[in-house]
Amino acid sequence: MTAIDTTAASTDTSGSALASVAGWITSTDHKRIGRLYIGTALLALLASAVIAALLAFERIDSATTFLNIGSLTQLFALYRWGLLYLAALPLVVGVAVAVVPLQLGARSIAFPRLAAGGFWTWLFGAVASVVAIAANGGPNGGNARFVDLFTLAAALSLLGLFGTLISLVTSILTTRAPGMNMRRLSAFTWSVLVMSICAVLALPVLVGLLLIVYVAHKYPSVSELSGNRALEEWVGFGFTHPTTILFTIPVFGFFADIVATVTKRRTRPRGTVLATIGLVGVSLVAVGVQSPVVIRSAFRSLSSNNKIADVVPYLFVHALPLLGAFLTIALVLPALASKPKPSAPFVGGVLAALVALDAIIASALQHIGDAALSGTVFEEGTFLLVIGAIVVFALAAITYWAPKFTGRSVPALPALGLTVLAFLGTQLAALPMLIAGFADQPGGVFPSVEPGVDGVVKFSYSGPEGLWNTLSGVGHVLVVVSVLAFVALLVRSASKGATAGDDPWDGQTLEWATTSPAPADNFAAIHAVTSAEPLLDLKSANTRSDA
Amino acid sequence: MHALPTAPAPEPRRQILVGTALASAGAATLVGGMLALYVKFRHEALASADGRWIPKGITVPLVPANVLLIALLPVCLFSQWAVYSAKRNDKPHASLALGLVALLGVAFINAQAFIWATMKLPVLEGTYSVLFYCLTGVMTALAILGVVFSVTTAFRYLGGRTADREVVAAHALYWYAFSFVFAMLWFVVYVTK
Repeated sequence: MTAIDTTAASTDTSGSALASVAGWITSTDHKRIGRLYIGTALLALLASAVIAALLAFERIDSATTFLNIGSLTQLFALYRWGLLYLAALPLVVGVAVAVVPLQLGARSIAFPRLAAGGFWTWLFGAVASVVAIAANGGPNGGNARFVDLFTLAAALSLLGLFGTLISLVTSILTTRAPGMNMRRLSAFTWSVLVMSICAVLALPVLVGLLLIVYVAHKYPSVSELSGNRALEEWVGFGFTHPTTILFTIPVFGFFADIVATVTKRRTRPRGTVLATIGLVGVSLVAVGVQSPVVIRSAFRSLSSNNKIADVVPYLFVHALPLLGAFLTIALVLPALASKPKPSAPFVGGVLAALVALDAIIASALQHIGDAALSGTVFEEGTFLLVIGAIVVFALAAITYWAPKFTGRSVPALPALGLTVLAFLGTQLAALPMLIAGFADQPGGVFPSVEPGVDGVVKFSYSGPEGLWNTLSGVGHVLVVVSVLAFVALLVRSASKGATAGDDPWDGQTLEWATTSPAPADNFAAIHAVTSAEPLLDLKSANTRSDA
Repeated sequence: MHALPTAPAPEPRRQILVGTALASAGAATLVGGMLALYVKFRHEALASADGRWIPKGITVPLVPANVLLIALLPVCLFSQWAVYSAKRNDKPHASLALGLVALLGVAFINAQAFIWATMKLPVLEGTYSVLFYCLTGVMTALAILGVVFSVTTAFRYLGGRTADREVVAAHALYWYAFSFVFAMLWFVVYVTK
């Protein structure tokens, strides 16, 4: 039997607008599902970045407030939840769903209905979670029913993502083209596999804990399992690193692939690069799964007083991913000695990998107890670095693969400019938070701002809070502007952009072996593969025969 | 378009089995995370001043819990029997085995309901109650999913899709994983309490 649905993708969307909408809603074409994820995630990113900017400006002066103080915790929750699970992770998943089956040489994604169902479940949960917070629910919400709704909606969204990730992993493991063994996967597909397996193991933990918090919230006598403390203590691990760093793993895969493409070289040593990418994930999954109990004790921090037994877990959790990320970049970067021409995917890919490396370094720093960064906005800065890496990666990846979805290229110069602007914005948003963290500006996922408390006391500290928070707010505004302009550029190029060839980037992997845009079932014929760079092999052979 | 060498479309590579394995791994971490929290709160409660974890007057019935665990042994055996029979195109035995798995699954749910009824543990009783009901509730939900899986597999098989041996194998894998997860829960919640 087969679970590949080769006919479902050919949904007829010609005719009325209603038929077109119905075509999108009922589609099981992985390219459409991926684009749905990307589109909604970009919208969520815009909304979350606006909230982030508002919160940053709110923190400029702790003595005055222009936001409702009672809703600050909810806004914080929406900002963290929105940036991570409504924007960043869905962006990564969307790009992966749209591209990975093409890179595999497959006609479709495995379990296409599961992938589509996952998207709609995620979207339903996402909308419900936002509605719940807007209706005075969510963390620290005043309406108990909507607090419960938020918890359930969040769990539902995560289950949706879980379903789509299962579909992705199964595709990579079972639908590869003939001859494509695991070592012949593209670095991006490999990194998606690592990230997806980690997320498939980690997300259910979060769902289970949300379920406990939901049940406990119905019985306020169980204080240790309900309320904000429970959310921060038991669910908060899903919103902080190292769990969040899991979602940056595809950034390194894209980086390795794009450098190989623009330098027209093979990734060498290929096996080592794949292993180093895997290292980022393998060491993180242990923490992701065990976070509720372990991360708060032995794995939590390293200080001069710690015994060797505490140092070893710290090194395992923080040094291994750092080593993996560093080695990936160190192994791939020398190829740039050939000085390839700058383009949005290339520049974005390199910048995103460097930001992801920064995020892992910052995560490791934060857990050094003697640095006294715990409980400061340093943690928020690290979170924003993670988001920044994913946003820059997403803009670069969308520009790179847009021809396979629309048949048209995204204009090179504006795309490059906007990718760099998004990079600058994310850095401006994150770096001041890191500096303010060293200056002891208090932070926290859910600051304990209670109704009736005068002033935004948790934001107040002795350093130049106005400067850092202004810079961070401007950074968020830059992100909003760049993403908004990028979306406009995408929409415009999809209808009026220059027609792209089948292989506009002179690529090495299988997605460039089909037409632009790719047909409903991806390939006219199934290709046999004899190396990790089948198109480079073909081009090299053609060059030799021409000579 | 590049003229890469073509090949016949490859045979599907155990998609249902791989998907089930991933879902089962997810189910294991779902329960595992909850169990971790249970162990942590139990440790804290026992180290506290009153040293009480299970509410006063509540007895955790071990015998029905043991029966639950023991019942999973034939579930695994019958699941494998279904795989064995399906491989030999033995439709009557495969159908019988799948039916027995579904029946035992229903019995499992019934026994869990019996434990709830026997314990008479109010949810309002505190942390232990919330964690107990969440853990056993999730386990029961997974058992219901398993029964649905068994019934669906049996109907597909009876309906003539006897070549779908992979589904029967995936069904067995699900129940193996379920048994493993329940064994963890049984040890933590019912034995060490």
